[in-house]
Amino acid sequence: MTVLICYDVRVSDPQGPRRLRKIARACRDHGVRVQYSVFECVLEPKDWVVLRARLLGAFDSECDSLRFYFLSEDDARKTEHHGARAPLDVEGPLVL
Amino acid sequence: MTTALNTLFITAEGTRLNKEGECVVVTVQDQKKAEVPLRHLRSVVCLTRAWLTPELMESCLEAGIHVSFFGMTGRFLARVEGVPGGNVLLRRQQYRAADDIARSVAISRALVVGKLGNARQFVLHARRDAAPERQEALSETARRLSEHLRALTRVEDLEQVRGLEGIAARDYFESFPALLKKSAQGFEFDGRNRRPPRNPLNAMLSFGYALLAQDCAGALAGVGLDPAVGFLHEDRPGRLSLALDLMEEFRAPVVDRLVFSLVNRGQLKPGDFRTESAGAVLLKDDARKTFLVAYQEAKQVGVRHAFLGQETTWGMAPHLQSLLLARHLRGELDGYPPFAMR
Repeated sequence: MTVLICYDVRVSDPQGPRRLRKIARACRDHGVRVQYSVFECVLEPKDWVVLRARLLGAFDSECDSLRFYFLSEDDARKTEHHGARAPLDVEGPLVL
Repeated sequence: MTTALNTLFITAEGTRLNKEGECVVVTVQDQKKAEVPLRHLRSVVCLTRAWLTPELMESCLEAGIHVSFFGMTGRFLARVEGVPGGNVLLRRQQYRAADDIARSVAISRALVVGKLGNARQFVLHARRDAAPERQEALSETARRLSEHLRALTRVEDLEQVRGLEGIAARDYFESFPALLKKSAQGFEFDGRNRRPPRNPLNAMLSFGYALLAQDCAGALAGVGLDPAVGFLHEDRPGRLSLALDLMEEFRAPVVDRLVFSLVNRGQLKPGDFRTESAGAVLLKDDARKTFLVAYQEAKQVGVRHAFLGQETTWGMAPHLQSLLLARHLRGELDGYPPFAMR
């Protein structure tokens, strides 16, 4: 399954930067950063359970927001990217 | 399992790999090139001298990711893998079967049936698009391979299986010039040679087989079999005999097909190769990249597994065949069912 994860974290809050780092780290462990607060994660269902729990544990429901978009294979194929920082396709050939 | 099958190939000089979080970070000449979550990887293949941190190595071994190293000429050097998977009981069954002549013959014969059958299918597929003057040669090869397949049912000992396999391989390689389109000039084929390969086609075949052997070894280790103890290939120190056995079924449909499509479509040209003073022909750096991308894409191509009755990919096929071989060795399947393409 592919999940698109977006988040907003209130960094003006004293604990904000810490939560931001935690959330970004959890996303990065499971997927690919496509924009500053947007990740695309190709996951096995069991990994999604782990990631979701990690994110919900890290964010503050009072001032942050998390959005998960579940993409079908077709949706993922319909995605376009323009401009800088084209994300890595972790399922495609990785030749560096 | 399906999300964790990708291979990370390192081809750039001066690459450093380190671990950040649960990701591999690839840095080339102090420039960050990519960040790949470990959970997407099945293996890391270093085709040039690369530098891995001990932390990353530890995580790879714990996550069951194999790290293999090739020399600058594409020669396989080493593979690092963690604690063997599966269990010792399965490996004992494997060793017993390898010592048992009758069982070795049966498994070897099945492997060769798979090899010749798939080679024949590959030749027949190629014939469909071939110019009329090439079609005849390809039909002849297919006919000879059918004959060898029939002969296989009658052979009783290992030497005969190996002998027949050798004859069939020679007949098959003889058809290679007919697999080339007229437009593919500079890719003459005058027989298979290796150590070193002496022309571009042989260079690509050797490189492709080396990659496939590593994939097969990883697949076997993944189900807990010992890649070094084979049936068709005799034990020899340092040789992954069972990986070479398993690979037989996939040589033609994966590597040979890839090589001929790269050449016939003009994706690789004679200028993409260089000759060393000793006569060895090697792929230039860019050509090697093209080849690797095409190899990874070829593994994504779907194929139907006739025995299991399910759709899969060529990349998954060695894993499925390893499972079936393990089941046979455990006594759950009467014979080893070779992978038969249509």
